[in-house]
Amino acid sequence: MQPHELSTPSATTPQTEFLRGVRDELPLLVGVLPFGLIYGVLAIEAGIPPAAAQAMSAIVFAGSSQFLMAQLVAVGTPALVIALAAGIVNLRHALYSASMAPYLRRLSTPWKWLLAYLLTDEAYAVTIVHFSAASSAAHGDNPRHRHFYLLGAGLALWSAWQLSTAAGVFLGRQVPASWSLDFTLALTFIGLVVPTLHDRAAVAAALSAGLMALVTFSLPLKLGLVLSSLTGIALGMMLERR
Amino acid sequence: MTIWLIILAAGLITYAMRLSFIQIFERQQIPPSVLRALRFVPPAVLSAIIFPELVLQSGKMDFSPGNYRLLAGLLAALVAWRTKNVLLTILFGMAVIWLLQALG
Repeated sequence: MQPHELSTPSATTPQTEFLRGVRDELPLLVGVLPFGLIYGVLAIEAGIPPAAAQAMSAIVFAGSSQFLMAQLVAVGTPALVIALAAGIVNLRHALYSASMAPYLRRLSTPWKWLLAYLLTDEAYAVTIVHFSAASSAAHGDNPRHRHFYLLGAGLALWSAWQLSTAAGVFLGRQVPASWSLDFTLALTFIGLVVPTLHDRAAVAAALSAGLMALVTFSLPLKLGLVLSSLTGIALGMMLERR
Repeated sequence: MTIWLIILAAGLITYAMRLSFIQIFERQQIPPSVLRALRFVPPAVLSAIIFPELVLQSGKMDFSPGNYRLLAGLLAALVAWRTKNVLLTILFGMAVIWLLQALG
């Protein structure tokens, strides 16, 4: 996908930027639709009421943390711990926010608040490619309309996520437990984490956090998850410094 | 209902992360140490979730071949490494565990 090749700088308008964002997001929806479906099924299996399961997709709007929350609800984790665990899993969004900030600096507050809501993994992934290509190509491109691209990509993803959640919530009660659909949680995370293991520091962070999680699993309030994550982050930073 | 409070709290925390640097810290430079730490967040947190899911069966560690989830998870990790494709990883892992369940 090379969005910058498609741009004719002089012709950018809010509409063309918006549609370009939608179009570039479409290939990613192929992967997103099954996730939403599986999340809906999992949430219902975890005993979450249909309306709340759907509301979580609109209010939290972050796939992997929603999987985790459904899982934690199912095993009766205290509410505060679930919310904190979701926050930890979503910490990476602060990184996206930092990386987007320079491009959105001139926008009004309502725009910033709206685009922050739409800043998911998948919308960020295509938008940062487009923004950095557009700014390096420079001159003719009109930066005043650039944010409509993120709006398009974000809304495309938002619609796909809400609709696929609804489908999963609807199907949830008809899916037998023997299908082991809850295993998709671990598989999703494996698919996300393995490609990020570029160097020894990242591998060490992953292995140490994982092993620590096995050892600390029986700690109350899922404290093991926090402890393990901090262990992995600390070890990764130590190894990287050398 | 507690579930609604959980959703609201998690939603607020997540939104705060997304808005953080765009709005609140817009004029400040991000400390390099924070950026370095953030890079290790996904591998550390996700692995801390994955390992117990694969290894612990009924609360006990199980490294035997009879642990289908561990076997399927390791094979799926190979697919993730080769393809970098989350959807393929899920489909492959589910196919393996269904096959193992059917044979076992």
